[in-house]
Amino acid sequence: MAVKAPSVKITSVKPVRDVFHPGLYRWSLLLAFCTLLLVVAGGMVTSRDAGLSVPDWPLSYGKLMPPMEGGILYEHGHRMIATTVGLLTIISMIWLLRVERRGWLKMLGVAALGAVIVQGLLGGLTVIYLLPWWISSAHASLAQLFFSTTVAMAMFTSDWWLRGTERGTERGTENPQFPLRTLSLAAPICVLGQLALGAAARHKAIGSIYHICGSPVAAGVVLWVSLRILLHYAKYRELRTAALTLGGITFCQVFLGIAAFMTRIAYADAVQPMPLMVTFTVLHVAVGALTMAASVALAILVRRNLAAHAQPA
Amino acid sequence: MFLLASCGGGPQPKTEISSLPDAQVNAATAGSITGKVFFRGEAPVMPVIDMSSNPQCERRHQNSQKAPQRAQVVVVNTNGTLKNVFVWIKGGLAPARWAPPAIAARLDQDGCIYQPHVLGLMKGQQLEIFNSDAVNHNVHAESVVNPAWNESQPPRAEHKFKQFAAEEILFPVTCSVHPWMRSYVGVSPHPFFAVTGEDGSFTLQGVPPGTYTVEAVHEKYGRKEGTLTLMPSGKATLEFTYGS
Repeated sequence: MAVKAPSVKITSVKPVRDVFHPGLYRWSLLLAFCTLLLVVAGGMVTSRDAGLSVPDWPLSYGKLMPPMEGGILYEHGHRMIATTVGLLTIISMIWLLRVERRGWLKMLGVAALGAVIVQGLLGGLTVIYLLPWWISSAHASLAQLFFSTTVAMAMFTSDWWLRGTERGTERGTENPQFPLRTLSLAAPICVLGQLALGAAARHKAIGSIYHICGSPVAAGVVLWVSLRILLHYAKYRELRTAALTLGGITFCQVFLGIAAFMTRIAYADAVQPMPLMVTFTVLHVAVGALTMAASVALAILVRRNLAAHAQPA
Repeated sequence: MFLLASCGGGPQPKTEISSLPDAQVNAATAGSITGKVFFRGEAPVMPVIDMSSNPQCERRHQNSQKAPQRAQVVVVNTNGTLKNVFVWIKGGLAPARWAPPAIAARLDQDGCIYQPHVLGLMKGQQLEIFNSDAVNHNVHAESVVNPAWNESQPPRAEHKFKQFAAEEILFPVTCSVHPWMRSYVGVSPHPFFAVTGEDGSFTLQGVPPGTYTVEAVHEKYGRKEGTLTLMPSGKATLEFTYGS
């Protein structure tokens, strides 16, 4: 007797779409905003020469809340914002681990927490060891990387990201030896290098001339990437917006750098940090963080929107 | 006769200080080196210190005759001399171990200003640090040869006592709570040093006869040297001139 196989009705498979969590997205935005605030606060500490105004760590003058006078306001204020960012990052990671389906994004949340812990330790060590340039510079550079991470997390958790995008293929006709997908990675690397040079100059490890000489390189690569997108891939709205944003921020950053340098020369003999010098320097640090984040976002979007050009056989 | 016991065998490395003989001074032949540090040119106008970030500091100076407080980087006296220059015998003394004085050198934080602005003390001498203010300070010795340190000193806290084991001229002592606060400390291996005051003069007393290199050090204008020979029981003079 023939055995009749059970009939199985196969319906069309619908891909599982990652779920948008509005609360998680807003939390990620808050984390990114507070991190930018933290970068500004860190810039204030260095610009106000307040880095050692609180000699002990993790407590401040042996207390959780010392009198907020003089430089203590900036140094302890920086520590308070850092603590807030640390707590926000912990909650962000827990939230991602609980609700997020994308494993790589969960890992990014864990990595962000790792980075913020290392960052806190670097901040403590730089106080205890009296601002050694390499710890202070690492602290300043990791801050920029961490901010970019929080911006990327906000991007990945947004509804806009989850809705997907129109994908295309890199044309491969313009500068084939420098594919845009590769070049777009060079931009954040150059910006990070420039930020690290700036941090080293701020902490007197090197002369400002190295940071000044690095600026045309970083700005040139950023301009190259942005222009290539605007000239050849402007039909992709996300890429166009990201390129314009990065180009605009970098333009402002160059002028802020010039202003910060000029005020430093003008106030070279000042006996205390002058408000104009502090303002331009802190703005330069903050917009540097925005430049870094924008270049990271652009690199992510390029790799998302454009597949690699297939080489002819 | 004024003697410095010689250890023989030429200058000893600074690190082998324990092998040096104790310095012995013959008061009968001791002489003195005096002089002045002049300033030529137009005296720069020092900026007014803005203490508004800490009103308690500002209030301390409201009724002061010297209000508003100005930076003390370059202080030109009315007689055309320069204040706050550290002068010391840099070379020419026979190697010996000079005992530090029992009395401590004093550095005060008064009105959110370091008093004095330039301070000299000997290796191994105690430095007593006061906080006469009702505000928190941190005291940061930015020494390079000696180990640097940074410690808080709240109001009414006990005085701090510090020592420096190695010669170092000059290094800043700063307060990051009040970034205008800056003094300079010179650590001398012997007692022949002075800091110029209101008349720009200096006196090095009880110096054994010999030929010496005397150095003047100013925080902004740097170092200048002069050479002189001091006869037994003699007096030698030396002038330094800085300019803008």
